[in-house]
Amino acid sequence: MIRRLLLWLPFALGAVLFAAFWAGLHHPDDHVIASKMVGQALPDFETRTAMQGQGAPRAAQFHGGKPRLLNVFASWCVPCAQEGQMLMRLKAAGAQIDGVAVHDTQADLARFLAENGNPYASVGLDIDGRAQMALGSTGVPETFVVDGQGRIVHQQIGAVTEADMPTLLAKLGIRP
Amino acid sequence: MIAEAGLAALWLAAAMALLQVSLGVLALTRGRHQLRSAIAPVTLVQALLVTIAFGCLIAVFARSDMSVLLVAANSHSAKPMLYKVAGAWGNHEGSMLLWVTILGIAGATIAMFERRLREDTRVATLAAQACIALGFYAFLLFASNPFARITGVEEGQGLNPLLQDPGLAFHPPTLYAGYVGMSAAFSFAVGALVTRNVGPDFARAMRPWILGAWIFLTIGITAGSYWAYYTLGWGGWWFWDPVENASLMPWLAATALLHSVSVLATRDGLRAWTIMLSVLAFSMSMVGTFLVRSGILTSVHSFAVDPERGIFILALLAIYIGGALALFALRIGTVTEGNRFELVSREAALVINNLLLTVILVIVLAGTLYPLVLEGTTGEKISVGAPYFNATAGPLAIAMLVLLAAGPLLRWRSDRPRLLLERMAGPLFAGAAALLALALLGGSISVFPLLGLIVAAVVAVGSLAPLWKRKLDRTPLFTWGMVMAHMGCAIAIAGMACDSAFTKENMVAIAPGETREVGPWSVTLTGVHQVPGPNYTALEATLSVRKEGSTPFTMLPQLRQFTDPPMQTNHAAIDTFWNGQLYLVVGEQGDGERWLIRMWWKPWVTLIWLGGALIAAGGALSLLGRVRRDVLGQRTQWRPGARKAA
Amino acid sequence: MNRISASLATLMLLAATPVAGLDYADESLPDPQQEAKAVQLMDSLRCVVCQGQPISGSNAGLAGDMRRLVRERIAAGDSPEQVRAWLVNRYGDWISFQPQVKPATAPLWLIPLLAVLAGSWLASRRLVHRKR
Repeated sequence: MIRRLLLWLPFALGAVLFAAFWAGLHHPDDHVIASKMVGQALPDFETRTAMQGQGAPRAAQFHGGKPRLLNVFASWCVPCAQEGQMLMRLKAAGAQIDGVAVHDTQADLARFLAENGNPYASVGLDIDGRAQMALGSTGVPETFVVDGQGRIVHQQIGAVTEADMPTLLAKLGIRP
Repeated sequence: MIAEAGLAALWLAAAMALLQVSLGVLALTRGRHQLRSAIAPVTLVQALLVTIAFGCLIAVFARSDMSVLLVAANSHSAKPMLYKVAGAWGNHEGSMLLWVTILGIAGATIAMFERRLREDTRVATLAAQACIALGFYAFLLFASNPFARITGVEEGQGLNPLLQDPGLAFHPPTLYAGYVGMSAAFSFAVGALVTRNVGPDFARAMRPWILGAWIFLTIGITAGSYWAYYTLGWGGWWFWDPVENASLMPWLAATALLHSVSVLATRDGLRAWTIMLSVLAFSMSMVGTFLVRSGILTSVHSFAVDPERGIFILALLAIYIGGALALFALRIGTVTEGNRFELVSREAALVINNLLLTVILVIVLAGTLYPLVLEGTTGEKISVGAPYFNATAGPLAIAMLVLLAAGPLLRWRSDRPRLLLERMAGPLFAGAAALLALALLGGSISVFPLLGLIVAAVVAVGSLAPLWKRKLDRTPLFTWGMVMAHMGCAIAIAGMACDSAFTKENMVAIAPGETREVGPWSVTLTGVHQVPGPNYTALEATLSVRKEGSTPFTMLPQLRQFTDPPMQTNHAAIDTFWNGQLYLVVGEQGDGERWLIRMWWKPWVTLIWLGGALIAAGGALSLLGRVRRDVLGQRTQWRPGARKAA
Repeated sequence: MNRISASLATLMLLAATPVAGLDYADESLPDPQQEAKAVQLMDSLRCVVCQGQPISGSNAGLAGDMRRLVRERIAAGDSPEQVRAWLVNRYGDWISFQPQVKPATAPLWLIPLLAVLAGSWLASRRLVHRKR
């Protein structure tokens, strides 16, 4: 009896393999690596001043009691330009948005903000992706919601679209 | 018209496969003996038709017929001819058609040349082979028609530039030939199970197929590793990437099978295990195809992926492998167990070799699939890579190599430990000498490369030992083949150990006129220029290289920018010397005049692929020896009882 | 609990430690021992953009940033495992090719062990035990 069961063991292992593949096909690798910093305190990050008369964002300013958005973007990124008008609408609704421009230059950024609007309360240049890595961000654009106590509560991967607006507004505590 | 002709040929080939299966079933179950002789011609016609279909596909690619969807999606009229033709199998549909074409040809070869199996086993084998083919025909005709038409397309979308490489043009056909060869072994196993005929005859009939498939897999893996080494531009030659693992797993199973089948052929032992391994080896080939084609895993090498089709391949996998494993469970109980073996004997060494190879296979399979399973069940994402595989499979591989030196020195049936030690004196002495030499050489080597080098010395001398005190001209070819393949293992391991122990790396940012050192070489950047290529533009760095006391020479790495599709690739400049390779890459531009240059001096790295080639060549020699003996044996077969006497 | 907060404190410290910036991500460190450590670490970190490759072998921009980070931190005297922990803290276990030993990864270590045991048992059944 044991011997007969043993002979079916390869078949059983094959079935397990099949189940694993089946599951894998229905949960294909989504290629999205979410930041593990969500739920944790916003880490200290350094950026360089990008625009005259506009400060570079720093972690301290996220402790003001009101939730804010931290937008990771770049002037060379096409979806970031499309995202611009959504950010402008968020700003109009009363959101405070701070920007971190990854691998960017002052000149390119100035041109980009002149063309697409400047929704940022403060904006800084992230040289060498240091701020991006500190945030656990894998690409541009990404938007983090930071609550009034300096804790990251939400990460939006990819451009902000119409569909994301209610979530972001709710996280910011703004009634539409 | 060519496309339609190809499609028609494919349908007809599928019909022939169906006929082949029906004939086989009728002949075996209804006892219609006269049908047995009909199955071979049908197999030949099927092979001919599918070859015509594949020829038609190559023709539409060669003519850049953009009215065929597959050509438009994967080719470009400006591509060099070699890549137009190679484009025929550099995509999903084409590669599946190639798969089934090789399958058809393999079936025809069995039908024509296999004479020593019992006839009913042969018929069952051919029916099983047609069964596999039928699934792939269905897949092609219903889910991925390579000849589908499209209208209104003027120009194709091009081929991934990484794939535009002469080595890679022949890489998939090589691997597929290996996979399909394993399908022949699988069909033999199924045929043997169906007709309850598992014995030395069956093992001898199956052995050339395993050897052939194994040679192709060895070449495929070796070539694929060299391809990654020179195209990716970072000096690495093995990444434990899912696609690499997918090609390694069938190889591990085939290597185990190769050794177990010789126990079955010589000593009539390991009957059930050999059957199990043939099913496993083909399963791993199918799993390999599935992993690469379904896009289920992220990889450096997944160029053509499609999850929908993954389900189809998975279904085929389930039917064939599930069916074979069920057949195994039902039938193997009636196959009497073969001979037992003693602890100190050639058989025992081969059994331990099989055990170690199988455990390594299990490790590779677990490491490749577990992240997928974990993410599917808990959503947690982890990565399993080189550190895991090196730590788990590494020690087992070292143990296996020690065994590899000892195994061929053992006698069949039973041997004495003291005699083995005496015979191992030479190899062990070589190992001690290697250790001493490394100690005298100084420098710090970490444990793995050190063990690798010592074991390589042991194996190198040990592999030659079977020739000791033998008349070399009377030594059979397959013994030479074994010696060569085992020597190849020693050489490849030595290359891997040298690469990780002695490689010198220097990454620098230099302006024209500046010089930096890597190993014994001084490299001077002379300038960077733009050069046009056939379908790309390149920035080419001119590097003047010299060693103390020698004349300088020039090396020209390129940074290539392709437009169709847009992509940047590093084209490394690699110069090979007797004692290693100098590997130079130009990266992006730094501030001002400075350029980022990556330099590696890799002593003895070429031994890795030389060893791989030697392993394959040893296999080829063995195959030649076996086939020659078979042919000679058949000539004398007319005399009744001649084979028994031999 | 103490240990967790201690390790968190190290991580915070790590983040705050100012390090000398390198000019380029792909310039070897002057100290060969540190460079070797950095390269070994880079070989075992997975690129988050291209995904199949280690950061030591990827042309993606973010992989370059990570190489720079690794070299800077190692040059500043951090151990490779501290740097790995810093990155894992941000990107999760996914970024490390070296799976952690923890309950969720237990099968990775148990399956090979089981295979060895099962295989040895099967093989030993086929042995002839000679009487001495």
